[in-house]
Amino acid sequence: MAKTLTQEFTKGLWEEIAPFRLVLGLCPVLGVTTTMENGIGMGLATTFVLVFSNILVASLRNIIPAKVRIACFIIIIATFVVVTELLMQAFAYPLFLKLGVFIPLIVVNCIVLGRAEAFASKNSIALSVADGLGIGIGFTLSLAALGSLRELFGANNLTIWTTPTSVIGVQEVFGANFEPFTFMVQAPGAFVCLGLMLCVMNLVGSK
Amino acid sequence: MREMIIMVVVLTVLSTISGGLLSGLKNATASKIEVQQLKFVKGPAIKTILEGVSNDPIADRFALKDGEMERKFFVGKFDGKANTVVLESFGKGYGGDIGLMVAVNMENDQIIGVGVTTHSETPGLGATAKDDPGFAAQFKGMPIKETFKVTNDGGKVNALSGATITSRAVCSAASDAGMIYKKLKPQLVEKLKEFK
Repeated sequence: MAKTLTQEFTKGLWEEIAPFRLVLGLCPVLGVTTTMENGIGMGLATTFVLVFSNILVASLRNIIPAKVRIACFIIIIATFVVVTELLMQAFAYPLFLKLGVFIPLIVVNCIVLGRAEAFASKNSIALSVADGLGIGIGFTLSLAALGSLRELFGANNLTIWTTPTSVIGVQEVFGANFEPFTFMVQAPGAFVCLGLMLCVMNLVGSK
Repeated sequence: MREMIIMVVVLTVLSTISGGLLSGLKNATASKIEVQQLKFVKGPAIKTILEGVSNDPIADRFALKDGEMERKFFVGKFDGKANTVVLESFGKGYGGDIGLMVAVNMENDQIIGVGVTTHSETPGLGATAKDDPGFAAQFKGMPIKETFKVTNDGGKVNALSGATITSRAVCSAASDAGMIYKKLKPQLVEKLKEFK
């Protein structure tokens, strides 16, 4: 049972990578991944909430009464989500404009509540941080991968980060003559792309 | 009984701490967020509706007290004369408040242009109020003292298809802007003299 910090951290990157292995948290996965940049931004916001809610839940795990634990977890998670929202508005407003309604929706992201209930409420603070970071980074990577595929084929671009003055990324990856599959950046494209990625991951995983 | 009390105490304490933390953070970030909104949402909206303006309306702004509320006004200069004010008003849309910037020419009380700023309308339907220049252009040249209505309600504004509620909200925001303008006009005239 007793696992090391590294094991708790790395399990989130492959073994239990949330959107693919557990097929959890699909609302933001499908909703925001129209570009790679949105995927990264959303992933980082979720990681922030996940790590801090894990820390708080783990440190209060002996104080929170079992019968109202879910209510307490929701208060803790909602607090950090609003903190994220305010900080993003203050320091990364263009990203906030793009992610919009998906930031408040982190409150009901089942990954965050799931980690609080299944892990942080039973483990020490250090282990919970490792778990939150691992799952969060895994989630970010999944969103970035899905976002990059959709952006690449749907818009012929790859943006990693937009600063007010410049765009870090590649425009027109396949050249100017490439006709993008606009289908990919629309909602059905998200499902198809996610399905294909799941398929590939299962093929690789099953050996 | 003891268990009950512990539950209530823990929940109360948690909620209190969370509320305190959030209101503190909101106060701390309020001015920063306002600057960001000016830069990324309101600024571009003002620049679009005040085409050909010779000053920076974002820098030339002032606030006036309207009863309890403090309202912000942006000044536009054309041909070296500060004759235009831009004010923001709100209407109740389908998904929350819709912010509308209204630019008014102080000399003939006509609308120079309007632009939607913050909103949470449905993408593709209500959200086109912000993106469709044709919709906003209908307000151009209308006298600000009118009450604005969509054609269905007997007014002059053609509603966006599939977004009547949004269109009504924009009209009511524009009408509100007219009310504010009428009420504060004497003070506005005084203030504008400072920008000559």
